[in-house]
Amino acid sequence: MIYFDHNATTSIHPEVLDTMMPFLAAQQGNPSSNHSFGRNVQTAIEEAREKVANSVNAHPSQVIFTSSGTESNNTIIHGISRSYPESHFGFSSIEHPCVSEPIKSIESRGFKNTQIPVDINGLLNISALSNEEQKNITFLSIMIANNETGVIQDMPTIIKWAKSHNIQIHTDAVQAIGKINVDFEALGVDAMTISSHKIYGPQGAAALILNKKIDLYPHLMGGGQEKGLRSGTENIAAIVGFGKACERVQKNIVIINNEVKQGRLFLEKALKDLGAVIFADQTERLGNTTFFAFNNIDGSTLLTALDRKGFAIASGSACSSNSSDASHVLLAMGIDRELAQGALRVSLGVETKKNDIKSFIETLKIEVNRLKQLTAMAA
Amino acid sequence: MINETQVMPIYMDYSATTPVDPRVAEKMIPFITESYGNPASRSHPYGWTAEKAVENARNEVAKLVNADPREIIWTSGATESNNLAIKGASNFYSSKGKHIISVATEHKAVIDAVREMERLGYETTFLQPEPDGLIDIKKFKNAIRPDTVLASVMMVNNEIGVIQDIDALGKACRAEKIIFHVDAAQATGKVEIDLEKLPVDLMSFSAHKTYGPKGVGALYVRRKPRIRIEAQMHGGGHERGMRSGTLATHQIVGMGEAFRIAREEMETENAHIKKLQLRLLSGLTEIEETYVNGDIEKRVPHNLNISFNYVEGESLIMAIKGIAVSSGSACTSASLEPSYVLRALGRSDELAHSSIRFSIGRFTKESDIDYAIELLKEKIGRLRELSPLWEMFQDGVDLEKVEWAEH
Repeated sequence: MIYFDHNATTSIHPEVLDTMMPFLAAQQGNPSSNHSFGRNVQTAIEEAREKVANSVNAHPSQVIFTSSGTESNNTIIHGISRSYPESHFGFSSIEHPCVSEPIKSIESRGFKNTQIPVDINGLLNISALSNEEQKNITFLSIMIANNETGVIQDMPTIIKWAKSHNIQIHTDAVQAIGKINVDFEALGVDAMTISSHKIYGPQGAAALILNKKIDLYPHLMGGGQEKGLRSGTENIAAIVGFGKACERVQKNIVIINNEVKQGRLFLEKALKDLGAVIFADQTERLGNTTFFAFNNIDGSTLLTALDRKGFAIASGSACSSNSSDASHVLLAMGIDRELAQGALRVSLGVETKKNDIKSFIETLKIEVNRLKQLTAMAA
Repeated sequence: MINETQVMPIYMDYSATTPVDPRVAEKMIPFITESYGNPASRSHPYGWTAEKAVENARNEVAKLVNADPREIIWTSGATESNNLAIKGASNFYSSKGKHIISVATEHKAVIDAVREMERLGYETTFLQPEPDGLIDIKKFKNAIRPDTVLASVMMVNNEIGVIQDIDALGKACRAEKIIFHVDAAQATGKVEIDLEKLPVDLMSFSAHKTYGPKGVGALYVRRKPRIRIEAQMHGGGHERGMRSGTLATHQIVGMGEAFRIAREEMETENAHIKKLQLRLLSGLTEIEETYVNGDIEKRVPHNLNISFNYVEGESLIMAIKGIAVSSGSACTSASLEPSYVLRALGRSDELAHSSIRFSIGRFTKESDIDYAIELLKEKIGRLRELSPLWEMFQDGVDLEKVEWAEH
């Protein structure tokens, strides 16, 4: 089986595994305990915090560990709604549901929000908002790179606009970290979400990077861990693994933007030759991601056929793969619903080999031609 | 003489966290080395394998507490389960009323979640337990008001190990149609839990208190009669919309295996631990002026919480470095304040300050117990030798009546 679904979750790098193992198996304390068992794991957590901070040029004191990207995004949005009760939330129409859903969930408590549209290239179109709408927004959450299309937003321009309107800015960098350079300080955002299991670390650990000028109300309450901002016994093994994975971020960026990107371009050329539409083709995208569809081929049939031949790819994001609905990202870009329904995503990883892509293309050619013939016969 | 040269102390802090059982670790490892799929991925075998493992684990968790697997919602731990249960249920049923009952000796995760509801306009009653740590059912019933929407009571206390009468409290709640939440983080594998019989609507579980990994827990949400909760983590709609976020497959697998072992070995294990507890108890109570905190009968065998009069808690902890114990719960041990749990039992600040929680478990040996007894005897003897209060007590001075000079 060849795995081409790295935007859903990555494998764990062997070095990361080695670092985690002692914390999974051996005697380990509760980091809040005052004896040597507790202190040893506390030290391990602080070392991981430093590595996480270094990977995105933040200060270790700005790192709050959580259990997932979803939790980080919920923590910032719910927290802001409690500490800044006058907030008006802005977000794009292509955000991950773990940003848009918490924002919608607090509508019942009276919080207003504004959805910012994207253009056909998947890029934010702020000028589509009226002056009044632009003035209303007090908090903005925008993802750096989209999980489905891989489109990279023009963050400097967006942030400049937000700052000129005194807007607090959060960015979901879950898909960006490890694929492009992410610099918390240089970006100048107030909060940022990153996650371990998209960068060859384990599932179960993520972080919210928080500028201290934001007064954040906690979402999970209790024992007061993470300076009171996220209670709950720390998931030590996963946090240690996350730290180690963060050490590899710069190396991964180089691989993704060279070998992997070459492979993607090679694949996209083959796709186009077969008649596929590549979404946001002309936009700057992550080196590993291609999102495509064929006009006259059913996407789920092709997906199943490829799976049978040993290729694991996705039909949009994992989180919504339960629903047969068309991708909300493509619909927001103005893509025709019928085409969007058949969209398939290939997301390559640092361990992807040139031969994997070659054999994928060969299989794809056979399957696409077979399905085209079937469609033609039916017509 | 006591040998204090060992590298790591003897672990007697199982209530803070348990070591991961090697069998649990073994089960988890394939899910981080090979089967690393996202269980929400429906288009390939990586996702299917992960999903299947998640469902097997759900089954095991349900079996330990005699519930339907569909009643088990994964979370990141008991703190999240408690937050989700309390905020989620009181929000959902807010039209019934805005009064919540809990207990002064609950875990911080429950207390702080209830306090949050207070800030959102709810009224709260925190019951004081009896001096033995147990709740008087009459006082509980008296606290119920027509607008009471939710009650939250922990099954086993983390500091003193006492077991509340969940059945009686639950029946009182049922009679008044109040949602009943139980924090069972310290109970699984220690006391039998049968949710088919127990009138409980929501129950929180943790893996790392039952020899599973940290970072995973669960919330039981009753289906018959169906209990609804408002999600607190919004997103991809995982866990039937009640809790979004990618599931950490290996951790869930670990929790399932930990709960399977608990179900199968609980009976024999507890008999063994009970013997160790009694050995520790009889050894330590040979020391003069010791007070056991919490009822000794209605208590899990894993816990012994004792106050040693006329020694100062912090110096005692420093003196007994050969064993890893806690003075109060791990979550609050960073502060030097005496345990709020012991204070709620009516213990004086002095006795609360000189308390030690011994919590033992699966890997505790008889020799560990004997070592602890010897160590405590020796160190307490020495600390008391230095204590003027102890000298006065020995001379028969009633310290309650001493008038201390102001400095």
